[in-house]
Amino acid sequence: MADTLRPVGGYAGQPSEIGAAAARPARPGGRLVAIPAATLALFLIPIGLGLLGTWAPALGVLPALGRSTLSLDPWRELFAAPGLAGAVRLTVTTGFLSTALALGLSLSLLAAWHGTRAFGLLRRVLAPLLAVPHAALAIGLAFLLTPSGWLVRAASPWATGWERPPDLAIVQDPWGIALTLGLALKETPFLLLIAVSAMAQIGADRTLAVARTAGYGPVMAWVKTVLPQLYPLIRLPVYAVLAFSLSVVDMALILGPATPPPLAPLVLRWFNDPDLQMRFMAAAGACLQFAIVAGAIGVWYGLEKLAARLARPWIAAGRRGGDGGLLRLASGGTVMLAVSAASLSVISLAVWSLARRWRFPDALPGTWTLDNWTQHFWALSQPATTTLTVGVAATAVALALAIGCLEYECRAGIRPTTRALWLLYTPLLVPQIAFLFGIQVLLVAGRLDGRWIALTWSHLLFVLPYVFLALSDPWRKLDDRYARTAACLGASPARVFWRIKVPMLLRPILFAGAVGFSVSVAQYLPTLFAGAGRLSSLTTEAVGLAAGADRRIVGVYAFAQMALPLLGFAVALTVPAFLFRHRRGLQV
Amino acid sequence: MSAPAPVVPLPTTGRGLDLEDITLTLGGEVLLGPLTLSVRPGTIATLMGPSGSGKSSLLALICGTLDPVFEWSGRVRLGGRDIAGLAPERRGVGILFQDDLLFPHLSVGDNLAFALPAAVKGRAARREKVEAALSEAGLAGFADRDPATLSGGQRARAALMRTLLAEPRALLLDEPFSKLDAELRARFRDFVFDHARALGLPTLLVTHDPADAAATGGPVIEQPVGG
Repeated sequence: MADTLRPVGGYAGQPSEIGAAAARPARPGGRLVAIPAATLALFLIPIGLGLLGTWAPALGVLPALGRSTLSLDPWRELFAAPGLAGAVRLTVTTGFLSTALALGLSLSLLAAWHGTRAFGLLRRVLAPLLAVPHAALAIGLAFLLTPSGWLVRAASPWATGWERPPDLAIVQDPWGIALTLGLALKETPFLLLIAVSAMAQIGADRTLAVARTAGYGPVMAWVKTVLPQLYPLIRLPVYAVLAFSLSVVDMALILGPATPPPLAPLVLRWFNDPDLQMRFMAAAGACLQFAIVAGAIGVWYGLEKLAARLARPWIAAGRRGGDGGLLRLASGGTVMLAVSAASLSVISLAVWSLARRWRFPDALPGTWTLDNWTQHFWALSQPATTTLTVGVAATAVALALAIGCLEYECRAGIRPTTRALWLLYTPLLVPQIAFLFGIQVLLVAGRLDGRWIALTWSHLLFVLPYVFLALSDPWRKLDDRYARTAACLGASPARVFWRIKVPMLLRPILFAGAVGFSVSVAQYLPTLFAGAGRLSSLTTEAVGLAAGADRRIVGVYAFAQMALPLLGFAVALTVPAFLFRHRRGLQV
Repeated sequence: MSAPAPVVPLPTTGRGLDLEDITLTLGGEVLLGPLTLSVRPGTIATLMGPSGSGKSSLLALICGTLDPVFEWSGRVRLGGRDIAGLAPERRGVGILFQDDLLFPHLSVGDNLAFALPAAVKGRAARREKVEAALSEAGLAGFADRDPATLSGGQRARAALMRTLLAEPRALLLDEPFSKLDAELRARFRDFVFDHARALGLPTLLVTHDPADAAATGGPVIEQPVGG
């Protein structure tokens, strides 16, 4: 009966082939060994050089402007600059507050709602918000909240009595409240989704079952048993959020005050000053920004330690807690408010882009039109093409590098370490403004500034970590016995890779690609510096226009900026769903 | 402390699977061995022992997919040749795991075709081989099915057929029966053993179920924990 399985070729008849067969490479992983090194070099060397290229002018050295002697003058000028103290204060308060708000809200939601059906729904609602670029969300929020914005319009004049926009600084308020809320709104989904995947990693369900059966209420059980295990896993993302919030530029330009702005936009203003001598003071300001972020991470770390020390006796004290209804109500209400604000913001972009006439107290435009889109189609197409091509290219390179690293790790049997994770997070922890000027100096020296390739490469620095983070978990989780089975069936490593691993991991690969693409689309400062004014993206255009252009035009650009990444996610979700429509084992 | 070396007094035929003085260590600690064992063509040898005693790692060592964190010494010969230096895909060692591991993105037929050597040329000829193997496993007409729609027993048989279509010269069984229910288990076990014997494959089974070992009719080695 085993006749059909008699050999037709292969091993039995060809003993000589066995003897001549190439021995396994001495180093497992073979030529892939170069990829992790190349990848690290690709983003650590530019950041290192960029920092040096910023520190040098901060100490008075910038050969391009004919200055080559060390001096502390830039720092004296910096500390004498008007508005510096206010800018630093604003940076620190908005950065810390928004991070604390985002972390607090996402942890409260997890503590109070984990395991409920509503929580599953919330995750699905929040995920698309991740794809909305910061600038588009900020512009939408401004459209919603300004004195002449949608909220006031909707309530006027019947509730407020206002026939004209009130003279209030709701957005761009001097305390940075709008900026803080905008940042918290944008970062909450990120932290929440990271925390959810960390919860799965630590097997929180069993831990919770133990605590609940010992009589602890749902919130208390979560806070006392899951949170202490969870926090170490989300620490780096929290630092990344803190670093980002302290040094954000695009959102600050749209939602933050202008006199003074936070430090990062102030430094950018100095870098852009027609007086080239301002570059030195700007470089010193960029270094100060770096120091503020480093110091803030240190302070945050100290607060973590303090909280852990204070919590230990509290955890051991045995208080069981109630049913958590209050936190449920508070966190649920807050997130409903946040989701509504975000949704209305996004919708307001579309509404403005389709408005012909929209007089003040009217709740909706009086007349609608597609003219805003048709009239700006050509003007829009150029930055849109740049955004698209740069995003696709940077994402493709990032995917190739990330997959190369993961495949090497897998073939060589290397276990990922915490130190490697810190290296990966470097571009997310170092404030962009602290090294982009140095990179620009290098690009100018290499005559690469304003070139497409330089722009793509500068985006790659930020796309790569996100692509790697999105892909590493699914890649490492793939049961390695599939690859071993395939190898034992006679498939070469290349065949195992293309025929087994890539198809089985197509969904996470495309999802990581969509994440990378959305990161690229959202980049503001790198585009500004590497584009050198010759290349612009939808983001730089939208942020530039937001300062004062017609809202209908701003709406067109901001909506286009938001639509591109959403399209990317749509592709990433539908392609595998279509390809594997007859494969139940690969459906989610 | 070192356990006595379990030596099975079988003549080395030179045509089977020969393990000579294999010691497997992890971080300096001996997991298994020293082990010397000869499995002749068409016989099924069993390695028994508790989980965590390095049995699966031994099989990974034989097929060349051992995680580099392990260290080992000794010789692995198949058909008289040392295969330790070969890449897994050049060894001609087939393996069945506890799970069927049918590739979820391929149809049942394509799973089998994946294993069929490239030497079988032509779409029709390949299809014919696959169909024949499927009907032998009682799966005639299943070629275009999604593996996820098969029952546990059907998947297990498809997985064996896939392994055999690659024309291995030795078969390794890593507790392939342990996830099946009692009745299915005995039937699938006979199905696997019958094929291994009919094809004259030297077969090495690791299990912790004495009933599996009894059904082989071959040598049984009890592997103590640790070294």
